[in-house]
Amino acid sequence: MTTAVETKTMTFVGAVNEALDEALAADPRVFLLGEDLADPAGGVSGATAGLSTKHGRDRVLDTPISEAAIAGAAIGAALEGRIPVAEIMIMDFITIAMDQIVNLAAKARFMSANRTPCPITVRTASFGGLGTGATHSQSLEAWFMHVPGIKVAIPSTPADAKGLLTAAIFDPDPCLVVETVALYGSRGEVPIGRYAVELGTADVKRQGSDVTVVAYGRAVVDALAAAEHLGTTEGIDVEVLDLRTLVPLDTDALRASVGKTGRAVVAHYAVEFAGPGAELAARIAADHFGSLKAPVRRVGARFRPIPAARGLEQAVYPSAERIAAAVRETMTFTR
Amino acid sequence: MTSTAAKTSAPVTPDVARQLYTTMVLSAACDERLRQGISRGEFAATIWPSRGQEAIPAGFGAALRSDDRLVTTYRGLHDMIGKGVPLVEVIGEVLGRRVGASRGKGGTMHITCPEAGVMLCTGIVGAGVPVAVGLALAARQEGSDRVVAVCFGDGATNTGSFHEGMNLASTWQLPVIFICQNNLFAEMTPIGETMHIDQVADRALAYAMPGFRVDGNDPEAVYHAVSEAAERGRAGGGPTLLECVTFRFKGHYAGDPQRYMPAERLAAAEAADPIPRYRRKLLETGVLSEEVLTAIDEQSKGQVDEAMNAVLAAPPPEPDELDKDFFLDMKGIPT
Ligand SMILES: Cc1ncc(C[n+]2csc(CCOP(=O)(O)OP(=O)(O)O)c2C)c(N)n1
Ligand SMILES: [Mg+2]
Repeated sequence: MTTAVETKTMTFVGAVNEALDEALAADPRVFLLGEDLADPAGGVSGATAGLSTKHGRDRVLDTPISEAAIAGAAIGAALEGRIPVAEIMIMDFITIAMDQIVNLAAKARFMSANRTPCPITVRTASFGGLGTGATHSQSLEAWFMHVPGIKVAIPSTPADAKGLLTAAIFDPDPCLVVETVALYGSRGEVPIGRYAVELGTADVKRQGSDVTVVAYGRAVVDALAAAEHLGTTEGIDVEVLDLRTLVPLDTDALRASVGKTGRAVVAHYAVEFAGPGAELAARIAADHFGSLKAPVRRVGARFRPIPAARGLEQAVYPSAERIAAAVRETMTFTR
Repeated sequence: MTSTAAKTSAPVTPDVARQLYTTMVLSAACDERLRQGISRGEFAATIWPSRGQEAIPAGFGAALRSDDRLVTTYRGLHDMIGKGVPLVEVIGEVLGRRVGASRGKGGTMHITCPEAGVMLCTGIVGAGVPVAVGLALAARQEGSDRVVAVCFGDGATNTGSFHEGMNLASTWQLPVIFICQNNLFAEMTPIGETMHIDQVADRALAYAMPGFRVDGNDPEAVYHAVSEAAERGRAGGGPTLLECVTFRFKGHYAGDPQRYMPAERLAAAEAADPIPRYRRKLLETGVLSEEVLTAIDEQSKGQVDEAMNAVLAAPPPEPDELDKDFFLDMKGIPT
């Protein structure tokens, strides 16, 4: 984390709100657009509460239910040098904006040889774990990692939510920031005033010497719970490395941590099969081929549409228990 | 070709009146029972209440044949009941039990029942509209004169899917009845914030399609409008857009505090509740007696209670549901 300043306790969603508020105040070119953003709604989860009242409805724009137009209009404004922050309410709906983000935003700088870059920020949220079923629960970040040209940030704490979003808004390239609704109410210390986390810097959320759990977003919370449990009851010393951004990827931090522990578990809420963890595991395996004490384990969502019924849904997602089990496997592995 | 109120106002037969009233009361009783259970913590579930909008499925339910198709949305439990989906399947799916329409795997937003003609229910706003066009295309290819009704909200008419579907149905002159349940709000945003037209029915003009604004709180008006549109569709006369104007009494989701809703507006809508209004009309015109109406009221409540009890007594889905109904051949499929 960048050098500490004064902090205050905030919720995750409050930190998002503060980042947006401060960005709007800092630069007149910043504006927000998306569904139900303006007051009195203030966003479906309150992320934009109060902002239209404070900064005006011409800077906090309520849009129709038109995801392609939300992304497209953000792109157009960005081409003219404005600083749009588009919201796609739930990550599953980004499918509708995919063409604009993937075929235009991600390629704009390169295709135009830097003549018409397009530094949009898209905020979205994964809704998993709320029993809303297969079309309102997905974690699709691997798709965006796979498209060259867009940065992907996924905070796990209120401080990172503020810092990553602030960095994304003022980043010269297109950024996707994925929030996690299940974490919106979580609390933490958040630096007061302008605060940016450099994109591409991972954060060791817990020091340990036996195994590295590489995670991001909600899985960091589970990994910390698993680490706590394993540390106190089984004497396993787990390091939790929060990647914070998938693109750019902090390969130095990854190498340093696994170089120290010699064991790695990769955890995320995205589907395990062909998920972000596949790239991470392959890199770890290649970088530490000679020194790894166990094969890299992955913990992700099962390869299924996400069921609505609570018991089934829980069986699909990762959990602290599943992460702990994977850690144990790496500890007990023998050649 | 212009949008005006649908013309017919002929009286309906007592049989039709009975069906209209029954669907309304049954839908409202189901909605009420589900909301009650959710608010009291009797079970964990999410619904997007249809209370206030019952006259619409009452009307199309009575106007359509059982082999006619229906596509609806997350706010479509009343539509399912109007089209004849068994109550246990509806309630069972909402509660995520083994007796639900998809044994708890789909959830409230994803109930289908092909036996009743309900081919699709979507949580992605607008997504069902083009699918309805395909259903109608199949009917034509099969040489069937069945028609397809597709329900969606006012907000959905701002999606690309809506406009693409309208254009295609019109170009191919397919028997689709586009039923906009205009409850004047999309989530927390009033309709006027997101479209610059006064009537959704006007959208038909762009596609040279008949478009009518209907009192969506009058089941007989809806019945006549849908009957007429179905007749036209069956005879090869192509699609129709019906804007049924109504109101959403309980907010976007069950438990919505509706902070964005002016109290007078809600009070006025509730004072014009379509159910007591139709009940009064039936009594005043002597079409149905107080005795008959009371019997319908009681039977409907009884049916909902019976279905709810059956659902509450039913077990949750088997854990092995995750491996059922995925790929038919699971060889090589990741777990
Ligand atoms: C493509 C898409 N964007 C956004 C949403 C979130 N959302 C769910 S319901 C809704 C409002 C829909 O309004 P309307 O079409 O009028 O239907 P109503 O809920 O009023 O019945 C929104 C924005 C969604 N489900 N799908
Ligand atoms: Mg609506």
